[in-house]
Amino acid sequence: MSELPKSDEYFSNIDFTPPKTGWMDTPTVIRDGMFCFAAKPKSVKTLDLPYAREWNPKHDDWKLPENWKEIIYEGMRDRLDRFRTFKIFMDICVRCGACADKCHFFIGTGDPKNMPVLRAELIRSVYRNDFTTFGKMFGKLGGARKLTFDVLREWWYYFFQCSECRRCSIFCPYGIDTAEITIIGRELLNLLGLNIDWIATPVSHCYMTGNHMGIQPQAFVDMMDFFVDEIEVCTGIRVKPTLNKKGADILFVTPSGDIFGDPGTYTCMGYMILFHYLKEKYGLEITWSTYASEGGNFGFFTANEVMKRLNAKMYAEAKRLGVKWILGGECGHMWRVIHQYMGTMNGPADFLEEPVNPITGTKFENAKSTKMVHIVEFTSDLIKHGKLDLDPRRNDHLKVTFHDSCNPARGMGFFEEPRYVIKNVCNNFYDMPVNCIKEQTFCCGSGSGLNASEDMELRLAGGLPRANAVKYVNDKHGVNMLACICAIDRAVLPPLMGYWVPEVDVTGIHEMVANALIIPGEKEKTVNLRAEEIPDKESDPDGYYVRPAFSGR
Amino acid sequence: MNVKYMFSLIAVIVLILIAYVGVEAAGLQVLFGIIIPYLAILTFIVGFAYRVMDWARSPVPFRIPSTCGQQKSLPWIKHDKIENPFTAGGVIVRMFFEILFFRSLFRNTRCGLDKGTKITYIWEKWLWLAALAFHYSFLTVLIRHLRFFLEPVPVCLQWLENVDSFFQVGLPGLYLSGAVLLAAVTFLFLRRIYLPQVRYISLASDFFPLFLIISIAITGILMRYFTKVDVVGVKELAMGLATLHPTIPDGIGSLFYVHLFLVSVLFVYFPFSKLMHMGGVFLSPTRNLPNNTRAERHINPWNPSVKVHTYKEYEDDFREKMIEAGLPVEKES
Repeated sequence: MSELPKSDEYFSNIDFTPPKTGWMDTPTVIRDGMFCFAAKPKSVKTLDLPYAREWNPKHDDWKLPENWKEIIYEGMRDRLDRFRTFKIFMDICVRCGACADKCHFFIGTGDPKNMPVLRAELIRSVYRNDFTTFGKMFGKLGGARKLTFDVLREWWYYFFQCSECRRCSIFCPYGIDTAEITIIGRELLNLLGLNIDWIATPVSHCYMTGNHMGIQPQAFVDMMDFFVDEIEVCTGIRVKPTLNKKGADILFVTPSGDIFGDPGTYTCMGYMILFHYLKEKYGLEITWSTYASEGGNFGFFTANEVMKRLNAKMYAEAKRLGVKWILGGECGHMWRVIHQYMGTMNGPADFLEEPVNPITGTKFENAKSTKMVHIVEFTSDLIKHGKLDLDPRRNDHLKVTFHDSCNPARGMGFFEEPRYVIKNVCNNFYDMPVNCIKEQTFCCGSGSGLNASEDMELRLAGGLPRANAVKYVNDKHGVNMLACICAIDRAVLPPLMGYWVPEVDVTGIHEMVANALIIPGEKEKTVNLRAEEIPDKESDPDGYYVRPAFSGR
Repeated sequence: MNVKYMFSLIAVIVLILIAYVGVEAAGLQVLFGIIIPYLAILTFIVGFAYRVMDWARSPVPFRIPSTCGQQKSLPWIKHDKIENPFTAGGVIVRMFFEILFFRSLFRNTRCGLDKGTKITYIWEKWLWLAALAFHYSFLTVLIRHLRFFLEPVPVCLQWLENVDSFFQVGLPGLYLSGAVLLAAVTFLFLRRIYLPQVRYISLASDFFPLFLIISIAITGILMRYFTKVDVVGVKELAMGLATLHPTIPDGIGSLFYVHLFLVSVLFVYFPFSKLMHMGGVFLSPTRNLPNNTRAERHINPWNPSVKVHTYKEYEDDFREKMIEAGLPVEKES
């Protein structure tokens, strides 16, 4: 990712015209900047996954096992028997093309194999050849092709150019979900040890130390202590976060990315301030855990069994600590896993109570089986009942828009809760155009484990549709802050904005909540969590305030 | 690209010739008028049922609806009961709109790159409109054909025909459905040829049913308005098939046998092809399940037992460091 052209130049070079040669006859070239490095053998070994070895995607020899074709064939057969989705999605596509220009990777690269329909055809063609009569009879003419090394390479390249965001699936008249196809495609690749390192290593960390970053318990405590000091500087309050505490009311689990990198750290401080407030004011005790210190789940991008192995820690820890229920932080795919998979995989959670907000008495009916509540659901309930003292003027220097993360949007329908919280903690909120938000939201371009640094060109290209919609509200309303509820977003949107819309910064919602929160005993706040000066109303009577350059990156 | 539709076009022409020559030169009326139609219907029914049962045999391990509206959460947040159903009732309504009105296709937009500065999403409902016109006109034509198989012709079919031939142009009345069918299917074909992306993804098996249906529509229209097929004879043959006393009346032109043969081919082709989307749309797990997994546990019949890294193992790995950092531990040493 050394020499990327300027953003406008990059943009004007995007071309949707497909090549002259048919897609089966157009060889796949694995290009720098567009792929992630191969999984390190050590990480693959930690979870006893097969065929851990050194290999290089750019080499012609991937050191595949002798019988790799047989492994893939058996893997496909097995998954056709276990997943109705896979079987139906292989059979019923009519290639109407409605999905073609809905993928952010296609829009940003113009590569026809990034059209969702073609991404699926990469595997469907082999399915036809091996599992259908017509495919066997008509071969290439029937859209079938044999599995060869080149086909496998193509699978690997393009299944790691899909962020499993599911935007295409809402346009498909049959609900064909490319994420499901990519998930199964990646499971098949994992049978041959063909993961990427940006997924395999976090998975191995998460398995051994409890979080993707590999933060050991004592280091986790150190980082929390650092945040405690920072919070004191800004608010004059010394918060006391609770860790691994038995008998706490609620266990809190959030992505470890927020412990680790800006601007997620500010969101993390936001959680700590909120929990301090709730403890001081209402006596609610919320504990963090170092064992279950990861909300995200890169196992989801590896194989469903691996996802289950990582996810199991949340219930195990809740049971050990004897909490009533679990609160989950701001994260995208974490919430897809919790909402659509967790209860099925690791439930029933009958050792927990049906979640009730002890401060407001609200029963979270929608979470009564899985017993996990989203922190934005929790906070919006608190705000609705007037349980938080908020001064939204403290965020008056922000003109905010909201990026719906793919997974909570299309895997939950999480639209109004975050908007409600934002509108209560800041005064200037502007939504992006309707084709780019809510169920039609665009991916950040780096989801599903693609947020490495070596594939930066892919990420910036894939993030273009999102960035372009942000630019629209930046031009129109002077929006200078992009709010999100996802740790990957917080990690990847800053460089994306830096490339396409440098005027706009990135925040989690709970950073804004904490900045607006009037904490009992706080000193007069002059700076926010980023140590930026809070705008002075009197010197800025019109409420117009140009945001100072942010130096925290 | 050419080879894909040329192959399909030639295949359909060959099919037409087979039926024409078979009847005209070889006198195989019994084959084309009785044996093949029976085999076709049998293949269709058995094949369709087999495919659907085959899909149903694979379980749905996870409940993964794509949500297109606000979830049910706090009581004061307006829940979108249709686009994000929480109950079976909501799912039925969602599926109703999906199957009868192609709800998802209606969302369609076309993406444009405006001078390299702005991405635009343009209103694009033609595909939706053509798809709807195609499916409904085809259904009407199909239902209308029941008049050949039923005696007396039910009154509702008469009504349908009256509505369908609303624009009377001389005699016989022009059926709107036939014209719309031909227009819509032609649009779908032209779209495949002229839109570069759609052309790029199209397979021979996408063109074949289009040519087949175009040919069926054209032969039907020719018989009705131009060559004036012997309707009485056709009805006798159809009634024979329907009552399992098949006969071949004299004097039905070979065009009819071509038409019947192409329809038979369509029926045979159906269960082996993408046309099975007709059954699949009902079974698609991203649409036909409620989004209530956090409230009601979904069961995976093959939920695997897996090895996890337990808290005990974790504490064993880090006990010293945990104690030093002031974290509570289960076992002091």
